[in-house]
Amino acid sequence: MLLIYCPYCEIERAETEFHCGGEAHIARPSDPEKTTEDDWVEFLYMRSNTKGIAAERWRHIHGCGRFFNAVRNTVSDEFLNIYKTGEAKPDLEAFAREAGK
Amino acid sequence: MSQPFRTEKGGRIDRAEELTFTFDGEELHGHAGDTLASALLANGVHLVGRSFKYHRPRGILTAGSEEPNALVGVYRKSDQTPNLRATQVELYDGLQAISQNRFPSLGFDVGAVNDLLSPLFPAGFYYKTFMWPKSFWDRVYEPIIRAAAGLGKPPKNPDHDTYGNLYAHCDVLIAGSGPSGLAAALAAAETGAKVILCDEQAEFGGSLLSETSATIDGKDPAVWVAYAVARLGAMDNVTLLPRTTAFGYFAHNFVALAERVTEHLADPDPRLPRERLWQVRAKEVVIAAGAIERPMVFPENDRPGILLADAGRTYLNRYGVKVGHKVLVATACDTAWQAAFDLADHGAEVVGIIDLRESPPESLVAIAAARGIRVEAGCVVTGTLGRKRVKAALLGRLMTSGQVASGGQIECDALLMSGGWTPTVSLFSQSRGKVVWDAEAGAFVPGKSVQKERSTGAANGLYGLEASLADGYAAGEGAARAATGKSAAIAHSRTSGGEAGSGGTLGALPHDRNASRVKAFVDYQNDVTAKDVKLAVREGMQSIEHIKRYTTTGMATDQGRLSNMNALQIASGALEKPLTDVGLTTFRQPFTPTTFGLFAGISRGDFFDPVRKTPSHDWAVAKGGLFEDVGQWKRAWYFPENGEDMHAAVERECRTVRKSVGLFDASTLGKIEVVGPDAAEFLERMYTNPWKKLAPGRCRYGLLLNDAGYITDDGVIGRLADDRFHVTTTTGGAASVFATMEDYLQTEWPDLDVWITSTTDQYAVAAVQGPKAREVIAPFIEGIDLSAEALPHMSVREATFCGVPCRLFRISFTGELGFEINVSRRHGKMMWETLAGEIEKHGGAAYGTEAMHVLRAEKGYIIIGQDTDGTVTPQDAGMTWAIGKKKPDFVGKRGLERPDLKAENRKQLVGLLTRDPKIKLEEGAQVTILENPATGTPAEGHVTSSYFSPALDRTIALAIVKNGHALEGKTLYVPMPEGSIPVEVAGTVFYDKEGARLNV
Ligand SMILES: [Zn+2]
Repeated sequence: MLLIYCPYCEIERAETEFHCGGEAHIARPSDPEKTTEDDWVEFLYMRSNTKGIAAERWRHIHGCGRFFNAVRNTVSDEFLNIYKTGEAKPDLEAFAREAGK
Repeated sequence: MSQPFRTEKGGRIDRAEELTFTFDGEELHGHAGDTLASALLANGVHLVGRSFKYHRPRGILTAGSEEPNALVGVYRKSDQTPNLRATQVELYDGLQAISQNRFPSLGFDVGAVNDLLSPLFPAGFYYKTFMWPKSFWDRVYEPIIRAAAGLGKPPKNPDHDTYGNLYAHCDVLIAGSGPSGLAAALAAAETGAKVILCDEQAEFGGSLLSETSATIDGKDPAVWVAYAVARLGAMDNVTLLPRTTAFGYFAHNFVALAERVTEHLADPDPRLPRERLWQVRAKEVVIAAGAIERPMVFPENDRPGILLADAGRTYLNRYGVKVGHKVLVATACDTAWQAAFDLADHGAEVVGIIDLRESPPESLVAIAAARGIRVEAGCVVTGTLGRKRVKAALLGRLMTSGQVASGGQIECDALLMSGGWTPTVSLFSQSRGKVVWDAEAGAFVPGKSVQKERSTGAANGLYGLEASLADGYAAGEGAARAATGKSAAIAHSRTSGGEAGSGGTLGALPHDRNASRVKAFVDYQNDVTAKDVKLAVREGMQSIEHIKRYTTTGMATDQGRLSNMNALQIASGALEKPLTDVGLTTFRQPFTPTTFGLFAGISRGDFFDPVRKTPSHDWAVAKGGLFEDVGQWKRAWYFPENGEDMHAAVERECRTVRKSVGLFDASTLGKIEVVGPDAAEFLERMYTNPWKKLAPGRCRYGLLLNDAGYITDDGVIGRLADDRFHVTTTTGGAASVFATMEDYLQTEWPDLDVWITSTTDQYAVAAVQGPKAREVIAPFIEGIDLSAEALPHMSVREATFCGVPCRLFRISFTGELGFEINVSRRHGKMMWETLAGEIEKHGGAAYGTEAMHVLRAEKGYIIIGQDTDGTVTPQDAGMTWAIGKKKPDFVGKRGLERPDLKAENRKQLVGLLTRDPKIKLEEGAQVTILENPATGTPAEGHVTSSYFSPALDRTIALAIVKNGHALEGKTLYVPMPEGSIPVEVAGTVFYDKEGARLNV
């Protein structure tokens, strides 16, 4: 069971308090009407399904209820960075290089 | 009482306390401190079970949790627990154990005929035999396989026991309490770190408890163990857990421990659980799991009386039991020699030491000579004699040619063997670490740590008492420092003796026997022989994972801890690839078999899943109502009266609603309060419908899509004020709709000033439906005008019901005049009982979910998830009227523009009327164009809802049919086994199409 840090509650809690919301930083296009077919399909269905360093959405569903983002190594399950919704996407390549050492 | 194989002195048993137990009904005696295995051996009982496939007589092989043969059933609390390892069952007075996998008795077993027929049971037997014809799969093969499967018999009754659960956090968790584990615990505890030390055995000490030839600080190792345990026990920062197996190592240093709390007691406190699950989060883990001895793979190496050498030594030194009176020792390494010496010193006759090696260490040969023990170097065992117990061994002399020459035979009543040692890397492997080959140790040892753990001592391929202690101290200090940053110096104990020794062998040993006729076992429990592994390779298995599954080697309860290395070596030879290229299978949780009870804990019966009850529950029970489960909810299904069957009850309830009035508990509907300056804007974006112009006091049906454009939920939404909405969802969608709203609100539209709150459990809801609904509620509602003019269909008001605040909706899911009254949950019972009493005066009745379904279907109101399946758009459902076409955006709007969703030939929701009004279609039945389509013809759609409609006095159905809207009036077919049923495509509204009954 993973141990996850909630950046709002500022505390580590067991995975059972959280819900994983899939890949992070997939923004809903701001003007759907003008979004092309391919871009809409990309938004709806295409996910990177990374083996390795991935940015994911998590929700502290049985705690404060808030969504946040986390960088996790999907192979080792190690959390490398946890940040609040709205904050910029970290440099995943840099984390990958670090993990590959 | 006579225990013919008990030593005169020595061992850690309490000779003053004699215990009585039974094995297969025979009364036997042992002592406190015995395991069932040691007590059986003290009585000369070696034959304890029959093997899985060939039903060969099997005896106790080991003294530990890796035991493959001695699986027994133990009676407790008038039921029987199967497959317990006799080596781990602690003896208590009155213990009743039985052998397994034999019929009619252990001594005479009919299934043993399989052994003679063994050429018919090669590796992959199941795959080869139970293939064709296909028609045999269910009726012939499965019963055969099921009858043969498994060893013990499952218990007959529900589990009588209770199981505990604990969460614990510590700085350092140490798994294993042998020399390295104890040293690690002492070193870590001295720093002040919070330490948990666990060991699967009843006593701490591991191998030290059977080590009598070495000393620590000049004393018997067991004395040092007592000192160490007392020291640790006196420290507040240390938790000691004997009888506790670390069975699972999971992510983020989460380790699961199974503590056996009462199973070893004759008369346990009934308040205590049988076992306790410890869910430990450790900052650092020290794996001190030790090593286990490997069997030697020679023909007939499975007879009762053949044990691992270290097990023989453990039974002698720890339990005071000689495994035999005439013991032969076969080995490839030094450590087994000490077993021979110890046995000789206790008066057993050691008939020989057979060492595979050409030149065993001279020091050992000299000690053997001093005791008068015959030593045969460069020699192997090539077979054994005896049926239920070994009575002689055949010897073979290794020649320089690699051939084996017969070396005669030696009589014996026990044979101890040692192929060397295998580090127990299971927990390390579970922690996702990869093992590496250590040529010097001749074993796979833990490689780089993936999690915060370190292996120490024999588990790390490090043997010998001195090295194990030193490594343990270092591991404990290191782990404590890593966890807490603190360190402390403690005096290291000094040792003498307990040398590591050398030697060892892997794989099958050479012999001079007819290879096609003998069996040399690799995996005892699954009856896998050296031949089977070779056959698997011959038949094309290249990967060790395939060989494992084809032969089932390593799939027994020890997960191949005993067998893997030998199997790997044999596979390596057959594949002509180096052992390290063949690879090792992965060890997985649990380390040893773990009870379901432990995992279930208190989550049984009523505690398995919460049961949610509505305010009318007790009333419905008293009324004789029947219930159906809707998620966690118990909902009243129908209320039979005067012996009515379901059909009659539902029909009466439906007719009553249409004729006078019905009362329905709608409390399970999801409810969400949406509040804030941007509340209307938020709903505008979430739902297909427009909300901004909805006046306070009015309601609207809301349709919720996902961004792909498919219907996911629906419900009526009332506007209470400019900035406040009362949203309802389906019963099943309550949680997911709320989560979806939170998601969009928090992550896509954080600019909106809106708060949403789930109020599902806060409101009790009574639906009063029917022409007399207004008259029924009128006496209790105060504060508002209920007239049709003041309160038209699709309105909401705040009022009081019997003086308590309520939200009154004038809405309908039946097509009749209807009201839904929401009061605080605590007033729900009062509201229900008040209304239930009132409707009787008007000839009304309570109705359940079944009548609710019929009434809504008569009106063509859809049920999400029944009439839709996640691929249905509003157009498909004929609900384009629910889409706010002028809105710039809502969830799903863009999705609906996708070509596939606008394409021709989509499946659409229609009504179906059978030509024969009495025939009710099966929900889920396929709909076709042809009356008798050829096999393989794709269906045009399927029936989603089907009922007998009392209002129409005929059956009605809803269905999803390709191009259904264009087919209205056409005849389609529903093919069934009894013949094809002709149906006419109709609209979805069957009753009161104009809606006149709603607006009264
Ligand atoms: Zn939180």
